[in-house]
Amino acid sequence: MREQIEGSQAVAQAVARCRPEVICAYPITPQTHIVEALSRMVRAGALAPCEFVNVESELAAMSVAIGACAAGARAYTATASQGLLYMAEALFNASGLGLPIVMTVGNRAIGAPINIWNDQSDSMAMRDCGWVQLYAADNQEALDMHVQAFRVAEELSLPVMVCMDGFVLTHAVEPLEVPSQEQVDAFLPAFAPLQLLDPADPVTIGAMVGPEAFTEVRVLAHAKHMQALDAIPRIVGEYEQITGRPSGGLLDRYRCDDADTIVVALGSVLGTLEETIDELREQQGAAIGAVRLKTFRPFPRQELAQAIGDAERVIVLERAFAVGAGGIVTDNVRAALALAPDQAGGPDRARAPDRARAPDPARAPDPARVQDQGRPRLHTVIAGLGGRAITRRSLRGLLRRALAGDLEELYFLDLRAEVVERELERARKGVSGPHAESILRDLRMVMAGPV
Amino acid sequence: MSRPPEQRERFYQTGTLAVGGRLLAEEQRTVQAGESRANAITKGHRACQGCGEALGARYVLDAAMRATGGQVIAANATGCLEVFSTPYPESSWRLPWIHSLFGNAPAVASGVAAALRAKGRASEVRVVGQGGDGGTVDIGMACLSGMFERGDDVLYVCYDNQAYMNTGVQRSAATPPAARTATTEPLGGHPGNELGQGKSAPLIAMAHEIPYVATATVAELRDLEAKVIRAMSFRGPRYLHVLVPCPLGWGSDPAQTIRIARLAKETGLFPVFEALHGRLAAVSQIRRKLPVEEYLRPQRRYAHLFADGGRPDLVAALQAQADRNVQRFGLLAEAEPREGDLLHVLADGERGP
Repeated sequence: MREQIEGSQAVAQAVARCRPEVICAYPITPQTHIVEALSRMVRAGALAPCEFVNVESELAAMSVAIGACAAGARAYTATASQGLLYMAEALFNASGLGLPIVMTVGNRAIGAPINIWNDQSDSMAMRDCGWVQLYAADNQEALDMHVQAFRVAEELSLPVMVCMDGFVLTHAVEPLEVPSQEQVDAFLPAFAPLQLLDPADPVTIGAMVGPEAFTEVRVLAHAKHMQALDAIPRIVGEYEQITGRPSGGLLDRYRCDDADTIVVALGSVLGTLEETIDELREQQGAAIGAVRLKTFRPFPRQELAQAIGDAERVIVLERAFAVGAGGIVTDNVRAALALAPDQAGGPDRARAPDRARAPDPARAPDPARVQDQGRPRLHTVIAGLGGRAITRRSLRGLLRRALAGDLEELYFLDLRAEVVERELERARKGVSGPHAESILRDLRMVMAGPV
Repeated sequence: MSRPPEQRERFYQTGTLAVGGRLLAEEQRTVQAGESRANAITKGHRACQGCGEALGARYVLDAAMRATGGQVIAANATGCLEVFSTPYPESSWRLPWIHSLFGNAPAVASGVAAALRAKGRASEVRVVGQGGDGGTVDIGMACLSGMFERGDDVLYVCYDNQAYMNTGVQRSAATPPAARTATTEPLGGHPGNELGQGKSAPLIAMAHEIPYVATATVAELRDLEAKVIRAMSFRGPRYLHVLVPCPLGWGSDPAQTIRIARLAKETGLFPVFEALHGRLAAVSQIRRKLPVEEYLRPQRRYAHLFADGGRPDLVAALQAQADRNVQRFGLLAEAEPREGDLLHVLADGERGP
């Protein structure tokens, strides 16, 4: 059914149709609308026998989900930003225990300085916590990914995080197709846990494991992630058969076939990016394309290397930033491009017997070009931190700069470099105070006396 | 290698107060071994000799199993109990058991309880959360308080050995005044653990006005079992705080664990009581009050109180604390047991134990 609906309400409806049994949450902007909606549904009895637990922290939210899932309940929670970091320890625990919890992250910046607006620093900081990470480009995809997430999670006994840009998606109202209860029921069977706390058959979950087996437990988790690279496209295919809608998956290519410049991005920026690409193609015939990265963990190395093929220039557009290093997604892209075609699946993945898909020779990168000539040139563009809007105008400027061969290896979109310089100068003189406040004063956003 | 002396099975636990040292009536006896016993935590675990926590956990969980017909799920905090019971690939647990993290056992237990409600199994299967004092009164406090105030149907048991024993005897908020730990050394005139610090988790639990709060020691196992069984007769959050001597951390003789636990109670340093809905309901009285020195001397964590002229000032401070407990809780047989709201008493200006 097509509805005009807010992203958060859409996610709540998707989760509701997945028949969750325990929902636990601690409020944090911009996740609140999702859990408020689910709480109302539980209160009204619409999700019976589902329990809604109002917890005292995000650590408790994830812990309640862990206990509930281990006791056989389909468990869901949602968070963002500081909240995701506050549950960091429990995130690793949930994946280490192999508990198929599904969680929404309404992507938001991490403080200090405190900032409630969108970027992806939160989920990117948790990229190696063992959870599958899906990134929605729009609200239709966010909605669909939640239904798919429960299937992926429960099939592989792995927790799945669906990341959607805070406010940009969570609070945006769009016409969306909401799958019917019958469609979801046909797609998602009842949760059949692989491990269960039950007095009838007592098991110990969470034993202490020393050097003799710890590596094997970790590699097992990795093997499951590698299986997810096959499971996700298959599950997404089944979802499409039932709903008639292609949505989600590992990645998509947008006008890449003839592109010598490819922009890799994830999340809501893709809409603006694709419009800008269309515009530049039309106006100046620029051969630009985009790779929409939808699954970030596991990282689809083979698919990405194929999608990029032998493009000359790859721009990785990132909404997060590794201070002291640079681009987070870029490092993953670089690793994928460094693979020779015959090992593009990675040594671990090549062993998986059900992975018989051969790399597309037409799109496979030429190893000589990759390794000998340093191609493709890889650029990191950090954009949209702390909610700074990524506009078409900014992207147009960025892409023109790239096409002219003027783009730096690490570039900050719409950066006010002079403000940083001024504060660095003050710090050199030893007269700097709190950085954020000084910068706000320089920008004349705060009227206050001298530092 | 000589064989260890054959261990005689002791089937009976005699009471100290109730019947004046005579054997208890059959139905009041604690059976230490027997075919019907659940042995929820069974032999083979790696606890130290004389471990009070292993003993306490066995009695608590077996009693809970008895009270529920074996329908118990346990959620355990990180700590000694977790480490010594589950060295992979072995497990001492014969009930369904989960360990997640150090500070989240009450929330994991809440999650299990929520799942049981959703599955319609809450009337048959019950949940016990458990951890040491560090996992409970320090890092787990927020999750514990949340579980209490929401009214989740969980019995949470704190095995209190008064410091972080698993990491090598560091101070916790349950470490008593003047006790030496690895982070409260009695150096440079310092008393060991500072006086006037720490918190009482049972009183904090009572402030939540939950249905049932009780304290117990491993010296009186029948009392401990009775409290567990009573706790399981209530629905909603319940809290049991069990004093469990740690020979390693306390510097005590492993063979003296029971005696030292009894001395903690008989000196008045560890009040044993029950509270219903936030109000003190029953107190386990002291038969013959002993000076605190009798409790302190057998423990090397207090050795600095008695070496080289000693610290009579600190011994006196601890004695004063014990005396205050006797007053506040009505611990002496001749004293009138103080019914009523202990927190109200606290508000009148007295500090907690």
